Amino acid sequence: MAELKVNGKTVTVEVEDETKPLLWVIREELGLTGTKYGCGIAQCGTCTVHIDGQPVRSCTYPVGALSGAEEITTIEGLSEDGSHPVQQAWVEMDIPQCGYCQPGMIMAVAGLLNNTPDPTDEDIDQQVTNICRCGTLARVRKGIHLAKTKKA
Amino acid sequence: MADTINLSRRGFIIGTGATGLTIGILAACSPGTGDSEGDAAATGEPNPEVNAWVHIGDDDVVTIRIARSEMGQGTLTGLAQLVAEELECDWDKVVTEYPTPGENLKRDRVWRDFSTGGSRGIRNSQDYVREGGAAARMMLVQAAANRWDVPVGECSVEKGVITHGPSGNELRYGEVAEDAASVEPPANVPLKDPSEWKIIGQPVKRLDTADKVTGKQLYGADIQLDGMVNAAIKAAPMRGGTVRSFDASSAEGMPGVQKAMQVGDTAVAVVADKWWNAQKALDAVQIEWAPGEGSDFSSAAFEADLDEGLTAEEAYVGNQVGDVDAAFENAAQVIEASYNAPHQNHACMEPMNATAVWTEEKCEVWCPTQNGEAALAATAEAAGLPIEQCDVYKLLLGGGFGRRGMSDYVTQAVTIAKEMPGTPVKLLWTREEDMEQGFYHPTTKARCQGALDADGKLTGIKIRLSGQSILAGLMPQALTDGMDPYAFQGLLPSGFDERAEDQTLKYTYPAALFDHAMRNPPVRPGFWRGVNANQNAIYLECFMDELAHAAGRDPLEFRLEYMTDSPKLAAVLEAAAEKSGWGNDDGKARGLCAFYSFGSYTAACAEVTVSDEGELKIHRIVAATDPGYGVNPQQIDAQVAGSFVYGLSAALYGEITFENGETVQKNFDSYPSMRLAAMPEVETIVMPSGGFWGGVGEPTIAVAAPAVLNAIYAATGKRIRKLPIKDQPLRDA
Repeated sequence: MAELKVNGKTVTVEVEDETKPLLWVIREELGLTGTKYGCGIAQCGTCTVHIDGQPVRSCTYPVGALSGAEEITTIEGLSEDGSHPVQQAWVEMDIPQCGYCQPGMIMAVAGLLNNTPDPTDEDIDQQVTNICRCGTLARVRKGIHLAKTKKA
Repeated sequence: MADTINLSRRGFIIGTGATGLTIGILAACSPGTGDSEGDAAATGEPNPEVNAWVHIGDDDVVTIRIARSEMGQGTLTGLAQLVAEELECDWDKVVTEYPTPGENLKRDRVWRDFSTGGSRGIRNSQDYVREGGAAARMMLVQAAANRWDVPVGECSVEKGVITHGPSGNELRYGEVAEDAASVEPPANVPLKDPSEWKIIGQPVKRLDTADKVTGKQLYGADIQLDGMVNAAIKAAPMRGGTVRSFDASSAEGMPGVQKAMQVGDTAVAVVADKWWNAQKALDAVQIEWAPGEGSDFSSAAFEADLDEGLTAEEAYVGNQVGDVDAAFENAAQVIEASYNAPHQNHACMEPMNATAVWTEEKCEVWCPTQNGEAALAATAEAAGLPIEQCDVYKLLLGGGFGRRGMSDYVTQAVTIAKEMPGTPVKLLWTREEDMEQGFYHPTTKARCQGALDADGKLTGIKIRLSGQSILAGLMPQALTDGMDPYAFQGLLPSGFDERAEDQTLKYTYPAALFDHAMRNPPVRPGFWRGVNANQNAIYLECFMDELAHAAGRDPLEFRLEYMTDSPKLAAVLEAAAEKSGWGNDDGKARGLCAFYSFGSYTAACAEVTVSDEGELKIHRIVAATDPGYGVNPQQIDAQVAGSFVYGLSAALYGEITFENGETVQKNFDSYPSMRLAAMPEVETIVMPSGGFWGGVGEPTIAVAAPAVLNAIYAATGKRIRKLPIKDQPLRDA
């Protein structure tokens, strides 16, 4: 058994295998399915969550590496009502297409804004490296610039 | 078992009976306001539907039934706009839902075709869905007239409120919906003139966004049913391979493992409580594969077959104009170039998955599919049950791109579920499985030849296609005397094949010969967003660029000279060129492309720079599209920009190569997809000229790569003719 802090709550999960990726603990033990599986090798970013505010690709993050003290935030915990600035911007610009990659994209962008509240295009290029096959990337860039002007 | 389980906070109300799970119509989306209250499944009861397309609740919530699949392309919203336009309802009260393929079957296919591909979702159903909305409106107004006992001609309707002119009486749709259901459906249903449209053509927001930004949107991969178990699967990685034997003894004691089994001839699955446990156990299973046809296939060796096809005697002729031999005999200058395009994988972000529950009486499947009816047929076949005892519940797709028109993963899920009667089983593929078990975009090469006279006029053009046919691999019954007309997408003459009338050549040449030497590798092909237009546009439009330069002509003017019979294609090309600043001397090199496919006219002008070290930067692409009628301009813009990501990912990096019958690429590290740093700005010019219905999701993908390749040439003087561009030096050392 291990204790984790997820979306502000302390939860207890059964961890038989410390190498089990955080992604599958979140999805299968906690039932939070907003965080998606896309590649399993930290390439696509659709599994992005925050650990202490920093974006992390949870599909390769072993649950055993967590002490239990970290604040883990998933898309479900980013805001209570979809009012995070990134979510506001995403709705305003109608960004999602199929939407499968968007929880990870939004978490990556929210993480960028945590670190760099007024990012340049170069900051965006370096820090948001998620894959979207539908091709929302053009609007994602505009959405980031819109999100940075919004308040929660 | 509980009487009901609620899969999400709305809509997915599932009743469990003695024979397993049953489900009604799935609610797809909340109202246009983005408000999650007013759920389709939770409102409006017990009103009967007005007709198959429209249900209206007492609270005036309008539920529009959508037969086609939403996979990101926006069709769900677009189709709802079409129905709502004729229905004259309040757009802010619209929700949508998917009828099931089983209900369609029971109701004599009242919703007609469920298949969603070929950019046909809107253009092939726009007439009958609009008629569905119009008929419902007529019935609602008639019901109000009956209640007031007045002539229907004295009644009008606006935003779901019916008004009797002389008396000023009003009734809301929700007040007459029940009566309307028993009004005789009108035999004659006139539609609005496009000039009267108020919702069609407007850039309304998508209906399916709210849950996609909060993580609440449920995809097939997220389905959770009572008592459900999870399956992981491994199919023979080599083409033609089958399972010779497998040893699951090392997996049996692993956490949560319930069962290991062979699935069909080609795969082994492990079922466990959790998917992660199933996958870990599957990794421990020892599988011995038996090679079959194609297990020694190598892409590198197949190059020789493609090359042979480029000059083979025999080929299917797709388009022949004038005396092409004479044109080449009399040419002042003959230009020749060969191009190639490799296999590609769809790589939908959501890996293939399906959830199935089987009993002796019934089989039900939850899955993302582009073709609900095909998925239902696959379910019935794998279940060994009459189709009437099966149903498929569609979910929004985490990407489709043509891959989810196939039902292989549905067959697998049902096959596994059949071994565990009464237990819901969710099958989820790994990304590696998705790369290995694709239906790949076909590989082809092209030999292009052009004849120019002494004045630089094009007197003849030949394009020999060599390579794989999708129809031959997937549906040989659709071939025409062995020929695949779709191999000539964008190159056919009008009148050649009625199925491909939306894929014709819009250049007028004095002499031309386009033919196809079919060379099929043992690799199953698939329809891949844009299909054969993608490489055919590269072959035609890069070669047109080569001819223009050989003739010493401006590539824009040169193209326009042969486009005189297609003013619509000329219009989009000129619009893109003008907006981009074609001819500007601003340090950026520009390249053009214009192409007609899926019934739409499209063009692009790419602006690039190539550094002295050969590093490519695509700054901007200006794209123009004329889809005839544009249902939702802001969604057309999204599709144009999105198609460029998909097309340029392929052009820049994408290739699936085979060694010993197996894909070399296993994941996004070796099959990269475009990221923000490489993404150009996209400026879209939506210029619907009216009078026809063209596609949107696919046509523009074809123009991105040729425009970029032509711009690279403009920047460097060097032609890139082999795709993908990656690894090739863009400047000569």
